[in-house]
Amino acid sequence: MIAELGHAALIIALCLAAIQTVAPMLGSFMGYSNWMRLGYSLPLGQLLFVAVSFVCLAAAFLSDDFTLKYVAQNSNTELPSYYKISAVWSAHEGSLLLWALILAGWSAAVALFSRTLPLLLGARVLSILGAISVGFGLFLLLTSNPFERLLPVAPLQGADLNPLLQDIGLIVHPPMLYMGYVGFAVPFAFAIAALIGGQFDSAWARWCRPWINIAWVFLTLGITLGSWWAYYELGWGGWWFWDPVENASLMPWLVGTALMHSVSATEKRGVFRSWTLLLAIFTFSLSLLGTFLVRSGILTSVHAFATDPERGVFMLAFLALVIGGSLMLFALRGPAMQKVAAYSGWSRELMLLINNLLLVSAMTMILVGTLYPLIADVLELGKISVGPPYFNFFFVPLIVGLVVAVGIAVFTKWKTTEGRLLLQKIPFPLVIALLSALFIPLFLGADSQLFSYSLSAALTLFLAVWLIATIASDLREKIGSDRARMAKLSRSYWGMQLAHSGLAICVLGVGLSTAYDDSRELRMHPGQTAQVANYQFQFVGTDKIAGPNFTAHRGHIRVLQQDQLVTNLYPEKRDYNSGGQVMTEAAIDPSLTRDIYVSLGEPLGNKAWAISLQVKPFVRCIWLGGLMIALGGLLAAIDRRYRRRSKHSSAIRGGA
Amino acid sequence: MNKIALFIPLVLFATLSLFLLKGLDRDPTELPSALVGEAFPAFSLPSLMDESLLSTDDFAGEVVLVNVWATWCFACRIEHPMLNQLAHQGVKIIGLNYKDQPQPARQWLEDRGNPYLFNIVDQQGSLGFDLGVTGAPETYLVDAQGIIRHRRIGVLDQAVWDREFDQRYQQLLSEDQ
Amino acid sequence: MGRLLVVCSLLLLGTVPSANFDHRSALWASTEVVEFSQPALRERYYQLIQELRCPKCQNQNLADSNAPISADMKAQIQRMLEDQKTDRQIKDYLVSRYSEFILYRPQVKQNTWFLWFAPIGFIFLGAMVIWRRYSSVKTSVQGDKPQLTIEQQQRLNKLLDSGEDNP
Repeated sequence: MIAELGHAALIIALCLAAIQTVAPMLGSFMGYSNWMRLGYSLPLGQLLFVAVSFVCLAAAFLSDDFTLKYVAQNSNTELPSYYKISAVWSAHEGSLLLWALILAGWSAAVALFSRTLPLLLGARVLSILGAISVGFGLFLLLTSNPFERLLPVAPLQGADLNPLLQDIGLIVHPPMLYMGYVGFAVPFAFAIAALIGGQFDSAWARWCRPWINIAWVFLTLGITLGSWWAYYELGWGGWWFWDPVENASLMPWLVGTALMHSVSATEKRGVFRSWTLLLAIFTFSLSLLGTFLVRSGILTSVHAFATDPERGVFMLAFLALVIGGSLMLFALRGPAMQKVAAYSGWSRELMLLINNLLLVSAMTMILVGTLYPLIADVLELGKISVGPPYFNFFFVPLIVGLVVAVGIAVFTKWKTTEGRLLLQKIPFPLVIALLSALFIPLFLGADSQLFSYSLSAALTLFLAVWLIATIASDLREKIGSDRARMAKLSRSYWGMQLAHSGLAICVLGVGLSTAYDDSRELRMHPGQTAQVANYQFQFVGTDKIAGPNFTAHRGHIRVLQQDQLVTNLYPEKRDYNSGGQVMTEAAIDPSLTRDIYVSLGEPLGNKAWAISLQVKPFVRCIWLGGLMIALGGLLAAIDRRYRRRSKHSSAIRGGA
Repeated sequence: MNKIALFIPLVLFATLSLFLLKGLDRDPTELPSALVGEAFPAFSLPSLMDESLLSTDDFAGEVVLVNVWATWCFACRIEHPMLNQLAHQGVKIIGLNYKDQPQPARQWLEDRGNPYLFNIVDQQGSLGFDLGVTGAPETYLVDAQGIIRHRRIGVLDQAVWDREFDQRYQQLLSEDQ
Repeated sequence: MGRLLVVCSLLLLGTVPSANFDHRSALWASTEVVEFSQPALRERYYQLIQELRCPKCQNQNLADSNAPISADMKAQIQRMLEDQKTDRQIKDYLVSRYSEFILYRPQVKQNTWFLWFAPIGFIFLGAMVIWRRYSSVKTSVQGDKPQLTIEQQQRLNKLLDSGEDNP
């Protein structure tokens, strides 16, 4: 009964979305303001009904309703309740419902917080959001219905949630990621509305900007969480694999970052209008493309959802309509490029242009690499694999260029910067960075017999210190010794510096952990000790334990440094009751300067085990950096100038 | 930037969509053998049923299927009736008992029927490695000159036979004539 | 300026004591699961098993994969390394049996030209577009500059500078 309720609610939501698509758009062309105002109330109704639908699905999981195919495939009576709820979005149908819910949520947010927008623009934005909701609603109801029944023969027990997903990571990572993916539908809708209306000035950019920032913050968090989750969950200590599904999240992030920077130039200086529009279209298009790649079965990935060719065709048609339509609109009605240049020399505009180029190039490279196996297959060129060596080959130099540019950009001014000014400010950070790069690796790689100077560590240190030094330098100049001046700096400014610092920390984490990672896979008997890096690992032995829905071998390893106990670690090898799946649960001792990572391999007989011992310096900085970046974006998004009530708002509202 | 340039993203996207559409028909997990067109690798391994040593000479001059199987392979049980049927129809099948134990293998064949002309015992998986075997079941189509013509990873059922093997098999037989 | 330099140096040096990584890891009692006669071979082994793909898995390299075929391939790589074979020889050996599918670093051949040269081409193209537009625009800026009075210029500068702090 509850499932039917959920199904019905979804249908009602679809109808509301359909009206939301048609009425405000028509109203905007014909001048019917009450039709346009419908665009502001319908999303709230839509949100209500999609939420009801979602709650019904969750209820089905909690009550172990295995007559529902989706529940039977992804749940189990022994599954703890909190995992039953997150199992709702663990597979294709349910995660699509989450998409629809979040989309309804963002639409409602736009409806609630856009009172100061001109009615014409707001109505069109909401109409386009409605159109996207219609697409997803149809997709759900026609090809991916989570409420499909298995009657008359329902299983007594479900197949269980994949053990890898029985983790807090599943509870937070997908919702955060989807908030980002879906969030970029808002700037997309703004872009389309602007193209339809022919108005793309600084005001449009100012309205659009907070939405871009917030969506970007969520996407940043989603990716950071995903990487962290993979690290502790998969048991090998890796945190990024250039897997197609991971790339599907990184690409919109890169372009979203470019968008975020481009729109600031459009807002402040009225430049880059075409860029900003195109990037807004691209970012959401990449979200949709990512959704398609992950769910169509077209690429091989450990993360891919179970597939169905029918779904692939539907999604591709939707993609063609949305992306093709918007790019067509851009081609026909995109703003003409300005003849008169507004900037020259080493201006901030130039730096942003370079920034855009590097980010979009990175995205293009990742797209080519991810799709090449498919392209080669279709063109009968053979079965080619493209993996980390390819992606790292191009990505690393691009990031190097980016970090150097960010450092310089901090000192540039809008419109133009005197070369003299740059020559004055650059040497200091440059020198500190070079010194760090030269000397620190000497200590980090020091060893009495086997000296190893890591060049990649040197490069990492150069980049990270360069960036931090430029930021510190700029802060010093703006604040000096006057604390009062600190208060005058906007949140936007703090956000920028925080995010850029986060980038530096992230680069530091990536580079140093890669350069100095020390991992061994050892055959150990209880009582034996091994030394890795400057820690001693003593294998005490294993126990058998039982969890809520699994049994496990639990190892005990004592970690010592110079004979002092650092910590006890308890890695597990779990055997899940439902499917007999065996999973490795690594044991980690985290710290900002190094992670100690231990996991059990295979039992080797006679109580001996293959044990993986890893010391990973500074790896945690990667996610700390990600958090800082997200926080920086959040600060920028809540800058006071976006929340200042405009005195002219009432005059503008209702106008053309 | 002139007006034409504004159409570039659209054109690029259209091209991409074409590839994606074509891609939907493809199976990314399908892996053609690296040895198609190459000679069956040389080997010297014991036979399952008797003490003799086998080599490529034992099936030279015939168009054969080489079927990789093992008692630990669940899908092989599903595939076996099809092999029995093919053998009954006159298709020459040679077994490659892959990383298995001879005694259980013999028992397995006794229980389920023996469609094979003979079985190569590859306990270490060395011939399998040279063949590019990734697991069981797998089936290779080898022509009369000992050249590998096709490889199927996974169960060989009627649909697969009709789609991938039948025509090729018939053609090779007629060439041999 | 001097103080900042000192503070920065102290901060940087502060990372040193906690970050002393001894690469010459000694092992007593326990042995490596995969043993090598020389450390250089071990390095090459880990490099290779990360670059090679498991033919049976859903996009995993040999290092991370538990599949039996991965184990076989890893054992083969170990044998060949101890046999003094080069990386090229080992990869060729495996590719001739498992096809180039197992290479995560695609070979630069006719069928991968687009893959390897498209990104460079794209960046180059983009840089050219920016450069051309930038240099053609530069000349027009000098010509179109409107004449401002000193007072207007000062107001303009003040307005521009006040926006500096906001990105």
